[in-house]
Amino acid sequence: MSQYVIETEGLTRYFGNKLAVDQLNLKIPKGEIFAFLGRNGSGKTTTIRMMLGLLKPSRGKSSILGCNSQKLTKEYRNRIGYMTEDHFVYRWMSIAECAKYQKAGVPNWNHHVFQTVIDHFNLSSKTKTKHLSRGERAGLCLALTLAPEPELLILDDPALGLDPVARMSLIEAMLAVTRKNDRTILFSSHLINDVERVADRVAILDRSVLRVNSPMEEFRNQVKCWSLEFPMNFPDLPDIPGLVHVHQFENRLEITVANPDEKTEIILNSLGASSMEPHEISLEHSVINYMSSRDRTGSLLKLAAMA
Amino acid sequence: MELSIITGSQVPIYRQIKDQICQAIANRTLKEGEKLPSIRSLADQLVLNHNTVAKAYHELVKDGVIESRHGRGAFVLQQRKVFNKAERSRRLKQVLDLLISEAILLNCTPEEVREEVEKSLEQLHSNSGK
Repeated sequence: MSQYVIETEGLTRYFGNKLAVDQLNLKIPKGEIFAFLGRNGSGKTTTIRMMLGLLKPSRGKSSILGCNSQKLTKEYRNRIGYMTEDHFVYRWMSIAECAKYQKAGVPNWNHHVFQTVIDHFNLSSKTKTKHLSRGERAGLCLALTLAPEPELLILDDPALGLDPVARMSLIEAMLAVTRKNDRTILFSSHLINDVERVADRVAILDRSVLRVNSPMEEFRNQVKCWSLEFPMNFPDLPDIPGLVHVHQFENRLEITVANPDEKTEIILNSLGASSMEPHEISLEHSVINYMSSRDRTGSLLKLAAMA
Repeated sequence: MELSIITGSQVPIYRQIKDQICQAIANRTLKEGEKLPSIRSLADQLVLNHNTVAKAYHELVKDGVIESRHGRGAFVLQQRKVFNKAERSRRLKQVLDLLISEAILLNCTPEEVREEVEKSLEQLHSNSGK
């Protein structure tokens, strides 16, 4: 088997004539924590569903654990843990009944893992699931997903609706899982600060297109930001190779560029700014710049001036 | 040694760890020959991917700040220079920028600033001579 647990090649999906995922090429190595980022509607869930064979691609292919996603047998599915973003559970069951039901469907069940996660979220096994809060339901789903000890975990926005304490528990659980080197996690998230703690690699999907797929530190090193001041008028921007984002402030442009080289500085220097300074930016800032449209001007704070 | 990291910073987490260990060595909280926490235990304590901690340790080994003894962990080396030249000038510039902007606010002349810096340096020199 290859060293990749998930591989996609030209994976594409249309809904009607709307493009949801555009020619995605992705390879996810074994043993990594892989963060899948992108705005709502960028195609993350569609991609995950195709990887799991729950949705047919319009074009292209994907394989998971070395098997074609569309031909996954039960044996393969048993090795994968999948937590959906809606944290679905049967409302009439108690937590203990959920565990019993799940256990019956899988070959492997580590009750100690289940109980530890349940305890961590302060849940009692007698509670009916309909009485659980959103975050508690997420905790239950996490316990149900982890107890079969899958070698590949796919978590679709697991932090959705979690309070800070529950979020930290989720992160700890993810780190604990990958203590065993052969375990892999793919998770999607909007919480970039959490991603910074756990991820080995980040991928960014922007309007159906994969724009970044790099090890975390590499990504941080390849994105640079310059602050340029223009006391009078902004110049027309020339073509800047690798341009990610331009943010316009009162008399300042913040220009984010991927993989800049000497030429980038020459181009920026030629704009006639009264001052120009490179500065480091946070992971969150880089990710937001990637996901915002290139020419987004200023911020919605401008609304305050209109009111 | 008490480490604390913040997410969402402009400084990557591995560098925060590295900086704080260097600082602990500089102010003698960590002494020569002392053993650092294992990568696993530090990653657990800070709730981090252990590869991030490993990267910090790896760079500290590369910079000659600590050494890794096979199977026994990482230990603080005798320090010649805690920071390399580039890092020293980066850190110095950070505080200098602060000093200069404050001096401008206070309407100090460059001569005054130089004079004060000289005075402080002399004082430091005579103190360490004792």
